[in-house]
Amino acid sequence: MAEPKTKYDRQLRIWGEQGQAALEKASVCLLNCGPTGSETLKNLVLGGIGSITVIDGSKVELGDLGNNFMLDESCVGQSKAKSVCAFLQELNDAVKAKFIEEYPEKLIETNPSFFSQFTLVVATQLVEDSMVKLDRICRDANVMLIFARSYGLAGLVRISLKEHTVIESKPDHFLDDLRLNNPWPELRKFAETFDLNVPDPVAHKHTPYVVILIKMAEEWTKAHGGSLPSTREEKKEFKELLKSKMIAMDEDNYKEAIEASFKVFAPRGISSDLRQIINDSHAEVNSNSSDFWVMVAALKEFIANEGDGEAPLEGSIPDMTSSTEHYVNLQKIYQAKAEADFIAIELRVRNIQKKLGREPGSIPKAMIKSFCKNARKLKVCRYRLIEDEFNSPSISELQKYLTDEDYSVAVGFYILLRAVDRFAANYNSFPGEFDGAMDEDISRLKTAAVSVLSDLGCNGSTLTEDLINEMCRFGAAELHAVAALIGGIASQEVIKVLSPS
Amino acid sequence: MADSIVTPSRSRDLDKLLLRPGNLVGPTFEPGVELRDDLREYARILVVGAGGLGCELLKDLALSGFKNLEVIDMDRIEVSNLNRQFLFRVEDVGKPKAEVAAKRVMERVSGVNIVPHFCRIEDKEIEFYNDFNIIVLGLDSIEARSYINAVACGFLEYDSDDKPREETIKPMVDGGTEGFKGHARVIVPGVTPCFECTIWLFPPQVKFPLCTLAETPRNAAHCIEYAHLIKWDEVHSGKAFDADDPEHMKWVYSEAVKRAELFGIPGVTYSLTQGVVKNIIPAIASTNAIISAACALETLKIASGCSKTLSNYLTYNGVEGLHIKVTEFVRDKDCLVCGSGVLIELDTSVTLEKVFSISLGSAVTSGLNIIVDYHKFGLVCVLVLGVEFIHQLEQHPKLLLSKASVTHRGKNLYMQAPPVLEEMTRSNLSLPLYDLMGKIPKDIVHVTGTTDKHDKKTSCLRKLRVAFKGIDGVTDMDMAGGA
Repeated sequence: MAEPKTKYDRQLRIWGEQGQAALEKASVCLLNCGPTGSETLKNLVLGGIGSITVIDGSKVELGDLGNNFMLDESCVGQSKAKSVCAFLQELNDAVKAKFIEEYPEKLIETNPSFFSQFTLVVATQLVEDSMVKLDRICRDANVMLIFARSYGLAGLVRISLKEHTVIESKPDHFLDDLRLNNPWPELRKFAETFDLNVPDPVAHKHTPYVVILIKMAEEWTKAHGGSLPSTREEKKEFKELLKSKMIAMDEDNYKEAIEASFKVFAPRGISSDLRQIINDSHAEVNSNSSDFWVMVAALKEFIANEGDGEAPLEGSIPDMTSSTEHYVNLQKIYQAKAEADFIAIELRVRNIQKKLGREPGSIPKAMIKSFCKNARKLKVCRYRLIEDEFNSPSISELQKYLTDEDYSVAVGFYILLRAVDRFAANYNSFPGEFDGAMDEDISRLKTAAVSVLSDLGCNGSTLTEDLINEMCRFGAAELHAVAALIGGIASQEVIKVLSPS
Repeated sequence: MADSIVTPSRSRDLDKLLLRPGNLVGPTFEPGVELRDDLREYARILVVGAGGLGCELLKDLALSGFKNLEVIDMDRIEVSNLNRQFLFRVEDVGKPKAEVAAKRVMERVSGVNIVPHFCRIEDKEIEFYNDFNIIVLGLDSIEARSYINAVACGFLEYDSDDKPREETIKPMVDGGTEGFKGHARVIVPGVTPCFECTIWLFPPQVKFPLCTLAETPRNAAHCIEYAHLIKWDEVHSGKAFDADDPEHMKWVYSEAVKRAELFGIPGVTYSLTQGVVKNIIPAIASTNAIISAACALETLKIASGCSKTLSNYLTYNGVEGLHIKVTEFVRDKDCLVCGSGVLIELDTSVTLEKVFSISLGSAVTSGLNIIVDYHKFGLVCVLVLGVEFIHQLEQHPKLLLSKASVTHRGKNLYMQAPPVLEEMTRSNLSLPLYDLMGKIPKDIVHVTGTTDKHDKKTSCLRKLRVAFKGIDGVTDMDMAGGA
């Protein structure tokens, strides 16, 4: 048997043990197991998702073999849910896989409470009416929902959940938390032990750039009435000042300081994104508040009190030219401050929990630690109900995208995906699904598209003939490569909403 | 057109795309049963790499109307592949990836034929690659991409107006992933930028200065690289480090731990050691699926014209939200690889390699020495022409190609390896290139060899436009390398 740690090594490097644990705890329900659904689950099963339940009422036809890799010739005539489930199970025996031979539409109509047992539902190839109903059911039951649909060369992935809060968002580019223009006493004291004019060239070139910048920022603000370089001219001047301190051409630490000087110019205090989160009404906690918002409430108190306008320190520093000793000492100072900030936040979290009548230990220490480390990067995503998206669309945005060269095709398909569902509700088939009635279907689809546009409040807008023709040409085909693409995106989104990052 | 839909058919969904006319399609699109059948019967696709992307690509292509597929990969299956390379099972560990992948897809999708090649891409003759209509790349190394790119671009010929000849264009579709991010691109040699035109997209790998490792380590990676790059050689004189040998890896790990303790540096773990030493790129199933699907779709679009192809570089970023961006890069007009080729002008008497001597007065000198000696006399021009062909390639500032093997119109003029071929072609070394090329005044010659790139020897293939001086139609104006 393969050791799971080795098997999952390449993904553990991304989402860590915590992310993996969340994945292994999750139970996912798939509605319709055509190629879009099968491919979505394939990627999740490989990653070690906890359990899957495949729901599909149809039998396998010959045509299904042409677009679905989770079927083969022996499956023709059998339950599609059963066949796909068996092939998915083969991919990873650590996953609990089961199936129900039933049409999703029927479950949505007759047994809405069925869905509350799952962590997340992946609903593929559903039409508008069922989407709206399922969305309401899942929202009420607090079950996460992801829609995925492949249609010819077009497709759609839509996430629907009340709120998704992210602690470890791991953004690509984020400014280090170094406090160069706002050092706390211990850091300032450490910087004071250095003399930038030290004559010894070895000592001079091993002074870490953090120290150089702290000292130079202080020198600057003293000479400029307390303000940092802000204009382009001043910033240039500051860099020139740094350059003038070099005593040899090969001083990498000074080169790094010049390159990192923008970190000195960064404003003090918290970002507007974080301010928005601490000012969110959810930060006023009550007995229903989630752990995330309890921690946000503690963070808000911290910023107003011992944080002195700043979030808790992240505690890590980037690599920089330095002697080992200076670097390690610097690291210790940042870590000590981060630890002190963490203790202050933890205390506040525990107090809030007590006030809410909760077990003070119920939020694990490790989670609070991670929260502190990532406090500057917190993210809150909320998704509207599908019904709201349909009934109160953001007209200005739609209009903007409809006329934008780069987006008009994408928005056109968005509207046409809704139009084909109206078409199907009226005529019991999708436009172009069968040969022979192409011309009629094109004009009918055009009518449906006009009515969608008018319901959206975009009366003046039209879609091009080419696009409408194209949609009819697709004839609701589910192509494997498109399904694999859409399923790939859907599975990636599933992982993102399940794991704390 | 209508009759094929009534009867149940495997290509039920694909037929909609291939049999029906459309307005948003490629310029060559001719919908119909014939197109579908031609894709099946005549389109030959090579998938390079049978890893995370390769497994997906084979599946996607097999279900996109292609029947004749081949796959090449030199690796064997490892346990850490199983989280995404879905064609492999625990019991397959140790077997060649290409063979298992081909077998699994053929078992599942009836009618598809996949020929596996368990070898290095350099082991195949250049002509092997000419046999395919489209080459799809699922690779994780820059060197391998560079090699295939050069091979495919090597087939490209230009007409007298410097326009690429349609029938010599070998399109490539290239995919790559890292974590939640990836790219898919279409390379049509001579039309869109080739891999080498935009090589700057791949920044050079971060390397730590040796003095940092030796004197001022500051983080865990420094300690690991010290153990890996410095300490290993000190202790194991002459024994090469093998990253795939767990004993070697454990040794590096324990040495790194010792060093980290010595300097009070936290964070050395076995997992990080592997990550740093092997330069492991995190990989997940979903991103591979997305990128491969995009590549397979582009392959289908190029082969059938059923929709407009990607122009020409797509990036996918799922790190924060989801961003897909398409950029239209432009060709480097002076590209050594996809351009019309480096021009080399030669005297008709220049031999392939055997010491070629000219006598000038009483001095009889040979080979490279001539360059040095005669340079003093301002006779560079004559001398460059006098140096035998293979040595010229080493000296040429744009090529710097050593150990060259030379082919002309599919004929091996000289091969460095394998030994059998070397022996067969050795006698050509002393013959004039002009004679070997059938006394054609001007033609394309392909050379393969090694070149130094970032202090690392890499295989490469270059296309040369060889012109012989003093023959009609060739001016004496251009100097060698003036392409």
